[in-house]
Amino acid sequence: MNRAAAAARQPWYIAVPGVVAVAFLALPLLGLLGQAPWGGMWELLTSEEVLVALRLSLTTSLAATAVAVLLGIPLAVLMTRSRAFGGGWVRALVTLPLILPPVVGGVALLAAFGRRGLAGQVLFEGFGIQIPFTTVAVVIAEAFVAMPFLVITVEGALRSSDRRFEQAAATLGARRWTVFRRITLPLIGPSIAAGAVLCWARALGEFGATLTFAGSFPGITRTMPLAVYAALDVDRSQAIALSVVLLLVSVLILVGLRGRFLTGLRR
Amino acid sequence: MTAGRVAVAAAALLALAGCGSPSGTEAVTLNVSAASSLTEAFTRIADEFEADHPGISVALNFAGSSALAEQVNAGAPVDVLATASSETMTTVSDAGNAVDPRPFATNVLTIVVPSGNPAGVSGLADLSGSDVRTAICAPEVPCGAATAALLAATGESVDAVTLDPDVKSVLARVVADEVDAGIVYVTDARATVDKVDEVPIPEAGTAPTDYLVTRVIDSGSPDLADDFIALVTGPTGQQVLRDAGFGPS
Repeated sequence: MNRAAAAARQPWYIAVPGVVAVAFLALPLLGLLGQAPWGGMWELLTSEEVLVALRLSLTTSLAATAVAVLLGIPLAVLMTRSRAFGGGWVRALVTLPLILPPVVGGVALLAAFGRRGLAGQVLFEGFGIQIPFTTVAVVIAEAFVAMPFLVITVEGALRSSDRRFEQAAATLGARRWTVFRRITLPLIGPSIAAGAVLCWARALGEFGATLTFAGSFPGITRTMPLAVYAALDVDRSQAIALSVVLLLVSVLILVGLRGRFLTGLRR
Repeated sequence: MTAGRVAVAAAALLALAGCGSPSGTEAVTLNVSAASSLTEAFTRIADEFEADHPGISVALNFAGSSALAEQVNAGAPVDVLATASSETMTTVSDAGNAVDPRPFATNVLTIVVPSGNPAGVSGLADLSGSDVRTAICAPEVPCGAATAALLAATGESVDAVTLDPDVKSVLARVVADEVDAGIVYVTDARATVDKVDEVPIPEAGTAPTDYLVTRVIDSGSPDLADDFIALVTGPTGQQVLRDAGFGPS
């Protein structure tokens, strides 16, 4: 069936708001592209300031993704396999950073890891360690905000995966670790990949929690989004150029994923 | 046909765009954008203004001056703009959006420290090195430019852990005791006197910051905007500003 023809057969009360929605989402992006200083783009993007921010963004977002994978996959397994973690409250807790304003996330992280925070006070008074204003703080902020994407994606895949494969392997004498490594992980592998990429993209765009919790200092905590905000005060064209780069990266990621996120992998 | 549907959608979009214009009979709102450091003073001045102008409400928008100037130049519906630097106001004048900007106050910088001064900061000279964690404004925003000017004038250097986008962020970090010191305006220190201690900078007066206010050219209520500016520059507004710690222009 021709897709365009199918769309045309929708009644007006579906077609009109639908098209308005597309315009609403597309216009700001088109505006950004229209204002981008394409001529001087390369020069703007290879300046020392931008490269420093770009490098910091890449390393911190990859580190945050690694943290999310190492902690998030076990959490997703617990949520689907353990009664204690399968309850609604764990799901709510995992979803919370998705809907919490990132600035609130930053304040909450200070309340936990700041030097007057729950855990931060122990670190500071016991060991003289202060987390805020370090690159580690950036990774923590990004992981806090981005991990839900991975957990929810992997959890969805686990719930829809066929447990009979695992049961068969166990019946044949495979140990639990072997079952997990040889059966469970390969089954949910594509969803882990999709969740990790989405998590990475969210970490790359993190702004509010990072600024509040980690501060903004070139080379240490000023990631790309923070550099965009700082550039907005002096050089609008540079801010737009940086925004376009972030936009292109996000679009490439989403196109690459082809809708495989949040619902898990559909076969 | 799809094209027909798209045309209908486009018409709907235009209709939606047209329904936002004011009818003129509703309550009038005066939109005032002011630098973060004016938060307390302008809130009081707006209360006075509303008391004098029944039926008029003042909507206050506080942010970093550069962000506010950016909004005005991008066509935000603002009637009155007050910035914490003449440079920022110049970007609005140069874009043809400011009507007769005039100075109305000055401010000077000071050091604030968490209550009890745990790091024992006694002056600018203590803010270099990594022992004292210091927050300052980014050089791109007025308070940061003023900080840089002050440091240049005194020959001191500060090793900051963060260059924040506005002065209230710096103050918030000191109030939360996440940094040992911050450089803010004396008016900020005065407004949070119960939460932070102040370590005055003797040389601060050598680099005062000028505050300017203007009517925005596209203001929908130019007379009200001028009334508001007259209140700010008149005896009532000036008294409020003095009480908040601002100096005369």
